[in-house]
Amino acid sequence: MAEVVRLYIDGKECLARNGQYLLQAARENGIFIPTLCHYDGVKPKGSCRVCTCKVNGRLMTACTTPIAEGMVVENHSTEIEEMRKAIIELFFVEGNHICPTCEKSGFCELQALAYRYRITAPRYPFLFPVKRVVADYSKIIIDHNRCILCKRCVRAIKDSNGKSFFAYRRRGQHIEVILDKQMSEQMSYETALEAEKVCPVGAIMVKRTAFLVPIGQRKFDKMPIGGDIEKNKSF
Amino acid sequence: MSKSSVDAILDKYQHERTRLMDILLDLQDEVGYIPEESIPQIAGALGISEADVEQTLSFYHFFSTRPLGKYRIYLNNSVVANMMGRAEVAAAFEEALGIKFGQVTPDGRVGLFETSCIGMNDQEPAAIINNYIFPCLTPFRVREIVRDIKEDKPVEEMISYQYGEGQNTSELVRSMVSNNIRKVGPILDPGYKAGEALKKAIQMSPEQVIEELKTSNIRGRGGAGFPTGLKWEFCRKAKGEKKYIFCNADEGEPGTFKDRVILTELPRLLLEGMIIAGYAVGASEGILYVRYEYRYLKRYLEEILENARKKNYLGKSILGKEGFDFDIRIQFGAGAYVCGEESALIESAEGKRGEPRDRPPFPVEQGYLGMPTIVNNVETFCSVVKIILNGGEWYKSFGTAQSTGTKLLSVSGDCRYPGVYEVEWGFSVNDILDMVGAVKQQVQAVQVGGPSGSLIGPDEFGRILGYEDLSTGGSLIIFGHHRDLIREVVLNFTNFFIEESCGSCSTCRIIPVLLREKLEKILNARGVSKDIDDMIEWARLLKASRCGLGQTAGNPVVSSIKNFRHLYEKMLQKNKDYDAGFDLLAAIQAGAEATGRVPLV
Repeated sequence: MAEVVRLYIDGKECLARNGQYLLQAARENGIFIPTLCHYDGVKPKGSCRVCTCKVNGRLMTACTTPIAEGMVVENHSTEIEEMRKAIIELFFVEGNHICPTCEKSGFCELQALAYRYRITAPRYPFLFPVKRVVADYSKIIIDHNRCILCKRCVRAIKDSNGKSFFAYRRRGQHIEVILDKQMSEQMSYETALEAEKVCPVGAIMVKRTAFLVPIGQRKFDKMPIGGDIEKNKSF
Repeated sequence: MSKSSVDAILDKYQHERTRLMDILLDLQDEVGYIPEESIPQIAGALGISEADVEQTLSFYHFFSTRPLGKYRIYLNNSVVANMMGRAEVAAAFEEALGIKFGQVTPDGRVGLFETSCIGMNDQEPAAIINNYIFPCLTPFRVREIVRDIKEDKPVEEMISYQYGEGQNTSELVRSMVSNNIRKVGPILDPGYKAGEALKKAIQMSPEQVIEELKTSNIRGRGGAGFPTGLKWEFCRKAKGEKKYIFCNADEGEPGTFKDRVILTELPRLLLEGMIIAGYAVGASEGILYVRYEYRYLKRYLEEILENARKKNYLGKSILGKEGFDFDIRIQFGAGAYVCGEESALIESAEGKRGEPRDRPPFPVEQGYLGMPTIVNNVETFCSVVKIILNGGEWYKSFGTAQSTGTKLLSVSGDCRYPGVYEVEWGFSVNDILDMVGAVKQQVQAVQVGGPSGSLIGPDEFGRILGYEDLSTGGSLIIFGHHRDLIREVVLNFTNFFIEESCGSCSTCRIIPVLLREKLEKILNARGVSKDIDDMIEWARLLKASRCGLGQTAGNPVVSSIKNFRHLYEKMLQKNKDYDAGFDLLAAIQAGAEATGRVPLV
C-alpha cells in the first residue's frame, strides 16, 4: 500500500500519510475541521458529530474516517457548515451553558466554536434540564450542566492498568458521565489536571484552580479556535 | 443474595469480562434485581472498575439495582397496544395494585413498569411478568392476575385457560402466546426436514455455497437489505484467527414479531442456516442473540441446541465432515432496541453498552472480539437453508427481479386477521390489506417497516413491497380512520426513539426530544406553520447520526408531514405565523394574584 495518499478536500489536492484519519490529515494540510469529541492520541469515537463531512457523497465523521486514495471530501460547503452550526447549537439547548459565569470561559472549545460559527442564539428552544453538580470527590468537581457527553474523559483518563476513571451511566437523554468512586480516591493531582484539560467544556474542574489564568489571557482569547491549524501547514 | 451465589454465577462464566451481560442476567433472574453490593464483587472478579459494571448495567431497560418486587409487571406501551385498549388495562393494574407505573407496592411485592414493544402486536395489550408473556389483556383479566399475585401464586400457574398453539404448548415453553401464522410459503413450510440442507452443503465447497447465495440474489431480511452472498464472501476472505456467525434475533422494531414465530416453530431451520453459514465462512462459533422479551423461550432453545449437539449437527467434525467444528451459544439482550443494529449487537454480546460502532471497519472485517463476523437476521438464515436445498435459480422464481424470494410480514393494527404472512416480494399494500381483512375504505394509513419506516396513505397503497420500492423488515401496522395519527402514532413513535437512543451521538440524543416539544406544542393547539417547517429542517440533521436508529429517528415526523400534512395544519393557530409556545399570562397569574398587581401584557 502506498505510504502517501492523495485526497481532495473542497477541491484542494492534499497529501497525507496512509492510515491517518481524515481529521488529522486535513489538519496537517492546514485545513481545520471542527470537533468536540476528538482528542489527539485518543481512540476516536465520533460522538459529537461536529466534524461531519461529505466523503465521496456520504455524510461521515472526519475523526473516524480513515483516508483513502482519491477520496473526495466536502468540508467547507454551505450545507456542511450550516449542519455543523446546527449541531453546535444543539449542545447549548441540551445543557445549561452560562458562559459568563463559567470558570472555563476562554478555554472552552464549545464556546470557541460558537464564536467561530457566529452563533448568537440557538434556533431551538432551551430544554433547561435539571442537572447535578457533584463536588464530593476529593480533587475534582463534575458539573453535569456543562457536560456535552463527548466521552473524551472516558477514553483518555486511565490508570496504570488501563482502567478508565470515568464511565457513562444510563442512555439516551438520561446519559451522564460518572467517576468511579473507588478510583477517584486514588486519582493523582496530575491525572485530575489532565482530566480537566481533556474536557472540552467546563464539566470537569480541578478544585481550587479555576482562575489561575485570568480571563483575557486564555487560549481562545488570543486566537480563535482553528487559527493555529490554518496558519501552520506542515507536510 | 449471598456472596457465594454471586461467586457461583461468576464461576459459571469463568470470570470472563465479555460475559458481563450473562452474569447480570443470571443475577437479575435469581434475585429479581442486581444488588448494589454485588457490583464490587463482579468488578473485582472481572478485573474491571465498578463504574464499568455500572455503565453496562444502567444501559439496559430490564436491569435494575433497586428491588422491583417478587412480581415484576412490564406492560407494553406500543402504538398497537394502545389501539387495542391498553389505557383501560393500565388503569386496571394501577387500581388493583394501588400504585402508579414505575412504582413498587409498599410491601415490596409487586412492581409495575412500562416497556417498549415486546413483539406481541397481534395479541395486544400484552405484558411480561417475570419473563412470562401475558397476551390479550383486559381489565377483567388484570383483576384475575392481581388476585393470583395476592394469593402468591407462582407466575407459571397464572395462565388464563390454555396455552397458545404449536410449540407454545410444549413442555419447555408453556406460553399463552399464539403464533397466528396466516399464510405459509417456502420458509414457513411445515414439511421442513432438519439436516437435509446441511448434508447437501457440506458436500459442496464453501465457495459453492456462497456462489449459490449470490445466484439467488438474496438480500438481508433485517431491513438494510445488504446482499447476503457478498457479506459471507467478505467474511470468508477476511483474515482472522477465528470467525463468528451472529444471528440477530433482537427483534425490536415495534410491530415486528415474525422472528418470535420462527424461534418458536422453526428453531432448527434457523440453526441449520447458522451452521451452513459457519461452514461457508469458516467460522467456529455462532451466537444467537435473542431479545430479552423472548426469554420465555430460553429453556426450549437450549434444549434444541443440546439435541443438535447430540445429533452432531453441532460440535466437532459435524456430520463426519473433517475439520468442520462449529457450536452455537445463546446470548440474551436486556432491553435495548439499538442492539438490533449489528455493531451494537456485537458490543452487547461482548458485555458492554449497546452503542453502535463507527464504520469502517465493518463487522465482516473486525466484529466480535475484533474477529471477522457476519450478522444476519433470523429470516435470512432460514431462507439460506431453502436456497441450498433447492438452488439459487429456484429461489429467484419467487418475488421480483430486484427482490427475490419471499418475505415474512408481521401484520397488526386495524385488520381482522393480524399475524404472520409469508408472501412473495412484489405484493402491493392493497394486496396485503385484502389478504389480512382490512376494508380499504376504512384504512387511513399504513405504517410500513415500523417507526423507522414510513407512514403512507391510500394514494400510495398501490406501491409494492420490495427493495426497489417499499423496503421493509416486514412490519405493517394498519390504522383506521378513527385513529388520531399524530397523537396516537407519531408521538408514540417519537417517544420510542427518545427512550431507545443509546445517547452516544449528539443528534440522536437531542433532536427527537426537540421534535417531541414541537409535536406537543402543535397537539396543544399552540402550533404555527413555522413549527412544521422547523421539524422538517431539524429532522434532517439526524442524517448525520452514526447508526440507522439515529438516522431514522425523525422518520415518524417527516413521513407523517409528507403524507398527512393536512392533519398538522388542522391543529395550527389561525392567522398567526409566530407563537412563543409559552403563555406568559398563565405563567405569572399566580404571582400576580398573590401580589395583587395587574401585569401589563
